[in-house]
Amino acid sequence: MAMRLVVRAAEVLGAERLIPITRAHVDSCLYHGEATVDFVERLIDGGAQVTVPTTLNVGALDLLHPELWRGDPRTAERGRLLMDHYRSLGCQPTYTCAPYQLPFARPAFGEQVAWAESNAIVFCNSVLGARTERYGDFTDIACAITGRVPDAGLHRTEARRAVLVLRLGDDVPADLRDSDALYPVIGIVLGRRAGSRVAVIDGLPPAASEDRLKAIGAAAASSGAVAMFHAVGSTPEAPTLDAALQGGEPEEVVVIGLAELRAARDELSTVAGGGVPGTPIGTVSVGTPHASLDELRAIERELAGAGPAPGVELLVSTARSLLADAEEEGLARRLRALGVELLVDTCSYIAPVLRPSPLPAMTDSGKWAFYAPGNIGVEVVFGTLRECIRSAVTGRVWRDADPWGAA
Amino acid sequence: MGGGVRGRVLADGAAEGRALVLDEPLSFWGGVDPGSGAIIDARHPQLGASVNGRVLVMQAVRGSSSSSSVLAETVRAGCAPAAVLLGEPDLILSVGAVVAEELYGTRVPVIQLRAGDLAAIPDGAAVSISDGGEVTIR
Repeated sequence: MAMRLVVRAAEVLGAERLIPITRAHVDSCLYHGEATVDFVERLIDGGAQVTVPTTLNVGALDLLHPELWRGDPRTAERGRLLMDHYRSLGCQPTYTCAPYQLPFARPAFGEQVAWAESNAIVFCNSVLGARTERYGDFTDIACAITGRVPDAGLHRTEARRAVLVLRLGDDVPADLRDSDALYPVIGIVLGRRAGSRVAVIDGLPPAASEDRLKAIGAAAASSGAVAMFHAVGSTPEAPTLDAALQGGEPEEVVVIGLAELRAARDELSTVAGGGVPGTPIGTVSVGTPHASLDELRAIERELAGAGPAPGVELLVSTARSLLADAEEEGLARRLRALGVELLVDTCSYIAPVLRPSPLPAMTDSGKWAFYAPGNIGVEVVFGTLRECIRSAVTGRVWRDADPWGAA
Repeated sequence: MGGGVRGRVLADGAAEGRALVLDEPLSFWGGVDPGSGAIIDARHPQLGASVNGRVLVMQAVRGSSSSSSVLAETVRAGCAPAAVLLGEPDLILSVGAVVAEELYGTRVPVIQLRAGDLAAIPDGAAVSISDGGEVTIR
């Protein structure tokens, strides 16, 4: 069945041949009903095993902290069964949406892989320069079992060329270009403008951090179908604008001005006024995609020895293997002692884990802000990581010195 | 359309049903309730309509790669669309249909049509699809 699926994928994508891959990242382990269990049990009955090193994306629940589950026990049980089944096919139980943060799972530049999970696909192509198409449920594990993918799309050099240039306008202040506040917002704009096209962003300071590039990609894959972008001076296939264009002419050049960025920022908050300072909040959720060790350390720094205000839940999602690293350096223990909840293996907009609150939730994630209102029915206030953590401490929205300039 | 038009087969099968022409692309994940087939995407203009038994007509599919699972789940639950007619090839729904056939023996043909042929299908029309991708309005 796995090979039939890969061949079907090749037919749909118009590929003439299959090529070998070195790794896979599989998203099929998230429970979407009994069909997802029936499918993996068919693979198990057929004796299938993955043939390349394969990491797993988030599942329905936190297997290490099952007490955080607030939903129906039957769903938790089926979600857990699905996660276990994928492990039995030989997949590594990483259960993270950010496999690129695990040293052992990172593909090298130019490696051909099969990755699923929209934010991971973007990061893999854009930031690592490894090559994957947009794989999804069923196809991801079929590629991992066969060790083959269709020779099509972003596996091929010509498809990685930027066809759209997004140039930051002269009215975008230098302080904003170097603020964490900008990156998820420019991701939202990128997704809207690009759709599924490969775009290059021109005008960001060079050598952007992986956490900032992660924020762009996750937001862009939420508001659009972006699978790859370039940022001049930051991503490996864009040392220059011309390199990103592979020496060709763009189909379209768009100047992104401050007004468009402000509008995108405002759309990420669903509360009236966008969450002005002093607005009471009930929840702060960060770590979508899963927090890196740098981000976990930054959270401790911003807390500065304080914990969340009484009645405020501060939840951080990360990967279980990064949690293990944080345990080792004592960071996890210190965060917990301050009242921080650490969630692994899943995400707070998938699993029913947040304490019910009538007050809005605050996040630093463009992706969380995009999906949480529909998925779990919360009002959202969007801010930077620093703003989120300081707001958790006071229980009210706290805003940094404004890098956006006077409106 | 007279004697029918031939499309590109993304997932093969024969089916018939009334057309449900979508005004905007739809993501099955987050957009369709797999237990009833109802469209639940609050931002979609056809919120509340059901895909169950309909020949779904849409230019493109939007969003999540988990839509393969959701399409397979609608087949399992007996509320799948009869067929899907698309303007662009889509790997996610095609694979969902192929898996549903493998697991449950039920075929949901997924056919790509030329833009003009797709646009010629009126909402509510009785449409039949035969093996090999021939689409006829009856």
